[in-house]
Amino acid sequence: MSDVSFVRTEMLPEQDPPASSVGVVGWMRENLFSGVWNSILTVISGVFIFYTLYGLLSWAMVPTWAAGSLNECREILHNMGREGHLAGACWGVISERWEQLMFGFYPNGSEEGTADLRWRPVLAFVLLIVALAPVLFADKVPGKLIYLSMAYPFLLPFLLWGGSIWSPIAVAAGFGVGYAAYRVIDGVAGSLAAVIGSVVAAILWWLFLASPVAGLLADIIPLGLEPVESRKFGGFMLSITIGVVAIGLSLPIGIVLALGRQSDLMIVKSLCVGFIEFIRGVPLITLLFVASTLLNIFMPPGTDFDIIMRVFIMVTLFASAYMAEVIRGGLAALPKGQYEGADSLGLNYWQAQRLIIMPQALKISIPGIVSTFIGVFKDTTLVSVIGLFDPLNLTNAIRADSNWNGIVWELYGFIAVLFFIFCFSMSRYSMYLERKLRTDHH
Amino acid sequence: MTTLTDPPKESFRLSMLIYDTRYRSLTIQVIAMIGFMVLIGWLISNTAQNLQALGKEPSFRFLSEPAGYDINQRLIEYDSQATHLRAAFVGILNTLLVAVMGCITATILGVIIGVLRLSKNWLISRLMTIYVEMFRNVPLLLWIVFIMAILIETLPAPRAFRGETPEATMNLADSVAITNRGVYVPEPLFSNSLGNIHLFGEHSLRFDISLDLIAVLAALFIGLFIRRKIKTRADAIQESTGDRPTTWYLSLGAVVIPTGAVLIALGFHLGYPELKGFNFKGGIHMRNSLIALWLALSLYTAAFIAEIVRAGILAISKGQTEAASALGLRPNRTMSLVILPQALRVIIPPLISNYLNLTKNSSLAIAVGYMDLTGTLMGVTLNQTGRELETVLMGMSIYLAISLLISMVMNWYNNSVKLVER
Repeated sequence: MSDVSFVRTEMLPEQDPPASSVGVVGWMRENLFSGVWNSILTVISGVFIFYTLYGLLSWAMVPTWAAGSLNECREILHNMGREGHLAGACWGVISERWEQLMFGFYPNGSEEGTADLRWRPVLAFVLLIVALAPVLFADKVPGKLIYLSMAYPFLLPFLLWGGSIWSPIAVAAGFGVGYAAYRVIDGVAGSLAAVIGSVVAAILWWLFLASPVAGLLADIIPLGLEPVESRKFGGFMLSITIGVVAIGLSLPIGIVLALGRQSDLMIVKSLCVGFIEFIRGVPLITLLFVASTLLNIFMPPGTDFDIIMRVFIMVTLFASAYMAEVIRGGLAALPKGQYEGADSLGLNYWQAQRLIIMPQALKISIPGIVSTFIGVFKDTTLVSVIGLFDPLNLTNAIRADSNWNGIVWELYGFIAVLFFIFCFSMSRYSMYLERKLRTDHH
Repeated sequence: MTTLTDPPKESFRLSMLIYDTRYRSLTIQVIAMIGFMVLIGWLISNTAQNLQALGKEPSFRFLSEPAGYDINQRLIEYDSQATHLRAAFVGILNTLLVAVMGCITATILGVIIGVLRLSKNWLISRLMTIYVEMFRNVPLLLWIVFIMAILIETLPAPRAFRGETPEATMNLADSVAITNRGVYVPEPLFSNSLGNIHLFGEHSLRFDISLDLIAVLAALFIGLFIRRKIKTRADAIQESTGDRPTTWYLSLGAVVIPTGAVLIALGFHLGYPELKGFNFKGGIHMRNSLIALWLALSLYTAAFIAEIVRAGILAISKGQTEAASALGLRPNRTMSLVILPQALRVIIPPLISNYLNLTKNSSLAIAVGYMDLTGTLMGVTLNQTGRELETVLMGMSIYLAISLLISMVMNWYNNSVKLVER
C-alpha cells in the first residue's frame, strides 16, 4: 500500500456564489427564465400584463370626478384630445351615485320632511362586526362581548326597519319565557317534559301574547325609531342584509337538518334528505320565482309578506340546505372515537351533541360556513331578476336617468370591486382560520 | 341455591312511548310524519283556497295552447304558433346546449389554469392566481352582464363589414364573422344527405335526428374501436417480446380514414355566412346572449375547476413521482400511468358537482335574454298564461331531474373508483 494521498488537509476559503444565482438576477433566472419554454411564457405574460395595465390605467386615470353627466365627461375627454367610446372613464357617475349604490332608496334626508337615516344601517353593520368578533376572533376580544352577539339578532331588524323598540324586545322575551318554563317544569316533572313545556310556552307567547304586550308597552312608553319600508332597501345594504339574515337563520336550521340526515330514524332522515336534495337540485333563481309568485299563494288567505320578507324566507331555506351539507361534512370528519367516547361517558344524544360533537364539528366546518356565506352573498345579486334593487339592478335605474344614459363600465367595475373586496377578505379570513384551527403538526 | 324467577312481566304503559328507547324512536318518527303531513296539508289547503279566490283552477291545459312568442336561438324548429310545451322543450334544449358547451370549455380552461397555477414560473402562477381570485370573488351574474356589455359595445355592427373598404373584416379566411349581433360560424352541410329521422310525429315534443350525424359518429366509433384493437395487440407484443411496435400512424389512420370516407361520401362541405343587405345570412348564428352566457359560465366555472385540479395534483404525494422515476418511467408515462389515475379519483367528484352548479347557473340566462328553460317556461309562458304554480313547479322538477341525473352519475362513479378498505 502506498501512503501517498492527495487529500487536501486544509479548507479552501469559501467562495461567493456566482453572481447569476443570487439576488435579483438569480431569482429571475430561477423563477422567470429557467428554460426556453418558461422564458417565452414570461415574455408573453409580461407583454400581456403591460398592455392590460396600460389600457386600464389610461382609461381610468382621467379627471372626470366632478362631471355631472355623461356629456360633460365626453367634453372633458374631448378637451384632453380623446375621442371614441372607450376614450376614458366617466367617474362622475360614481361620485354622484355611490351612496345610492350603497343604500338604495333608504331615506337620506333629500326629500322634504325626512331625516337622513342612513346612520342606522351603518351602525347595524359596525355592530355586526363587533358582535361577530367573539365568534370569529375568540381569543382576541373580551368574552363579555358575547352578550352583544346574543342581542344582535334582535338589534338588526330594529335598526334597519325601525318601529317600536318593544317588538324585538317582546320577541326576545319569548326565549326568556321558554327558559323560565323550563326551570319551573324541570323541578316538577323531569327534563323531557320541561323541554316540551318550554317550547310550548315560548310558542304560545309568540303567537298570542307578544304583539299585544309590545303594543301595550309601546302605548305606555313610546320608544322607537322612524319605521322604514322594506321596498326602500337597496344596494349593497340589501345584499349584506340578505346574506347576514340568511346565514344567521340557516345555521340553526342547517344543524338540525344535518343531524336529521345523520340520524337512525328512517322517516326523519328521509324528510331531511328530501328537503336538502330538493333545494340543492334546483337553481336559486327558481326559488326566487317561488318567492315572487308562489309564496303568497302558499300562505293562508289574507297574509301578505312583502317581497323582501319572502326573499329572506327562500334564501334562508336555500342557504340551510347548503349549510346542512357543510355541517354534515364536519360531523363526518369527526373520528368515530368521539361518538363512542361520548357514549361511554353515559351522555345521552343531546348531551353528546352539545358537549362533544357539535363544538368540534362546527369548528371543523367554519371554513365551509364562510364559503357558503360568500356564495350566498354573491347570489344575492340574483334578486335583481325579480325586481329588487340590489347593486346590479340599480345600474339600470341609474342608466334610466338621462344624464347617465349609456354608462356601463364604471358602474359594473365599481360593483365588481366592492364585491371582490368583501368576498376576498372573507376567503382570506377562512384561510387564516383553517391555519389556526389546524391541530396536527405540519 | 337461588331460584330463578321470571323477569317481571312487562305491561305496556303509555309513558313508555317517551321514556323507553325501544319505543321512543317510533314515537318521534310518527310525530315527525304527522307534523310533515299537517304542514303539507296546510300548504295545499291554503293554495287551494287562494287559487279558488283568484279563479285559477290548477290545470296543465295551457301547455297545448299556442305560445305566441318567438325564440330566436333554438336547436329545433319552432314558431310562435307552436304550443307552450314546445316552447318549454326548446328551452330545455337551450339549457342543455349551453350547459354542455360550458362544461367542455370550463374543463379545458380549468385544467390549463390549474396546472399553470402550479407552474414554477413566478409570473405565470401569479397571473393564474389573479384569474382565479378575480372570477371566484365576483358574482356570476355580474360577469354575465359585463361580458354581454363587452360584446354589444365593442364589437363592430354588421354594416361595418360592408363597402369597398370595410371597417371590419371576417376572421379565419372569411369564415367567421364576429359582430355585435352575435357570431356567425360556418355550418356543416351534406350534399348527399341521408335525411332525418322524425321522432314523435306531430307531437309538441317531436324532434329530428340527422342521419348524417349518426353515420359520422358511427364511423368515428368504429375507428376508435380499431384503434383500441391495435393498442391491445401492441401491448401483447410488448408483453411477449419486450419491444413495443410503433403504432401511431396505424392508430391515426384507423381513426381518420373511416370518418373521412363517410364525410366524403356524404358530400360534406361548409356553408359560410355571407353579408346580404344589412345582416349576415347562412352559417350558424350564435347570438350574443348565448355567447355571453357561455363565456361567463365557462370562465367562472373554470376558476373553480382550476382550484380542484390544483388540489388534486397536490394531493398526490411526491413519493409517487419519485417511485415512478425509480422504476424508470419517463415523465409523460409517470403522469399518465401514476399521477393522473390517482389525481382523478380526487378531482372527478367535485368536478361533476361543478358541472351541476354550471347547469343550475345557466338559469341566469334570463338576465341577458337567452331563452333557456327559465326564460321560456318560467319567463314568457308564466307571464302570458298567469299559471305561476304549474310553470314554476314544472320548471323546478325539470331542473331537479337534471340534477338528480348528474348526481346519479357521480354516485356511480364514486362507487366504481372507491378504494376498497377493510
